[in-house]
Amino acid sequence: MSNNLYRVQAGPEGYLPPAAASMGVVLPEKGEAIVEGEITLVDEAMKEIGKKLLTAKNPVFFPGPQILWAWKEGVAERARAIKELAEVVGARIIPMPDYRPKYPMINPAIEINPNHPNLTIWHNKIDVCVFVGVHCHFANVALKIIRGGTDCYTIALCGEAGHEDAMISLRDVDLAVIQKLTAVVAELKEVMVHD
Amino acid sequence: MKKDVFKISPCFEDIMPQEYIELVRENTSPFDNNQGVNGLGGGKELIEEHPLCAGCGLALSLRMILASLPNPEDTIVVGSTGCSAIAFPQVALHNIHSLFGNQNAVASGLKRALKLRFPEKTKDIVVIAGDGATADIGLDMVMQSWFREENITTIMLDNEAYANTGGQESGMSQKGAVLNMAPTGKKFSKVSLPEIARESGCAYAGAVNPSNIKRFEKMVQRAILVAREIGPSYLQVFAPCPTNYKLRPNETLIKAKSREKDNTYPVKEYISPTAQEFLNKLEEGKHNG
Repeated sequence: MSNNLYRVQAGPEGYLPPAAASMGVVLPEKGEAIVEGEITLVDEAMKEIGKKLLTAKNPVFFPGPQILWAWKEGVAERARAIKELAEVVGARIIPMPDYRPKYPMINPAIEINPNHPNLTIWHNKIDVCVFVGVHCHFANVALKIIRGGTDCYTIALCGEAGHEDAMISLRDVDLAVIQKLTAVVAELKEVMVHD
Repeated sequence: MKKDVFKISPCFEDIMPQEYIELVRENTSPFDNNQGVNGLGGGKELIEEHPLCAGCGLALSLRMILASLPNPEDTIVVGSTGCSAIAFPQVALHNIHSLFGNQNAVASGLKRALKLRFPEKTKDIVVIAGDGATADIGLDMVMQSWFREENITTIMLDNEAYANTGGQESGMSQKGAVLNMAPTGKKFSKVSLPEIARESGCAYAGAVNPSNIKRFEKMVQRAILVAREIGPSYLQVFAPCPTNYKLRPNETLIKAKSREKDNTYPVKEYISPTAQEFLNKLEEGKHNG
């Protein structure tokens, strides 16, 4: 378990927030996840993701190129699973097909650009967002900007090693993990409806 | 060989911007039906909302290169920092962005890895980078990849300046060229990279401009096919920059033609004997077939 005192929480944290890694937040090992800078068990992180998404006013999924494009076997299946997850949550989806700098032309109504994700989040009043299929280096930049300038709660579903700069991050997210997360969220939703 | 590009994940077609849907829609791309450059204008190789300047020679040449690829589905484009790099997310091909100047080192590793990972498949690695990345900052990596005889194609989009950073002179600017950030004019001559490429081990080296599209297509294809079978290849593409050289957007091709005509940007082609033999066989086969 990490002894680090820095908490990766929803901002706004101000101009130039530090990279969480530089504040001692470490990436989870295989089989672990990260919640607000603390290493946790994957199951706990999944429940936390469910709570955040289901209690959000305006949860939005931001799928990136690695899942928008069916560029190799298995991607279309993962894409479908993500869409099912978004449907269970009742979340909107804003695609992130490219990352080119667009300032000042970005249309925040329809697109997120990691150079200005705060504009999209402000414009759409997004309180919880999910990054999925976004290349890690771009995700890191965008997550830091979001934390610096908005109060949006960020969740990163990463196919690689996870993201310290997200408030919650799972790692090694494949089809099975997405399906398990969907089941966890659906179960939680059921409980919350009956409560 | 299949000519295809990657598609949008079916379940996300309803949320993708229309431009991307059009980019990959069946039968609208020159990648389909082996149209090559004859299909230019009938579809999209690059989305129209790309961020390059009006009349940009890079955008034009990039479209023509993409349409000329012999094997787009199994081609990976390696780019580098510069104007062209910000256009790559808007194509439906695999592409990798490297650190400035590292593109040929990345491409070498990629080619070797793909040979091991997909021994039964032909994978073309095509570096497409600007003159700063190729002839200046990246020249070390570029030449070392030629010395090692890596099976990769290097295509330089030569706009004769560091255009993306406001207009500094590059090694490829002409002697005397005055740019926004080179107000007293460049003091030394343009680097003769095709000749350097030839002497450094490239089996095919050339220089071309986009004013003649069939010639352009032939040279791109020769460069890629030679790199696939024989050894490294280099193609230098003149891509006039309207913004830094103060041209009107509609003067790009006029500029390209005039530089060829006045012999300040001649078309060149150097082919090693082995590569020539290989190309003769291929082109003979095409004519007979």
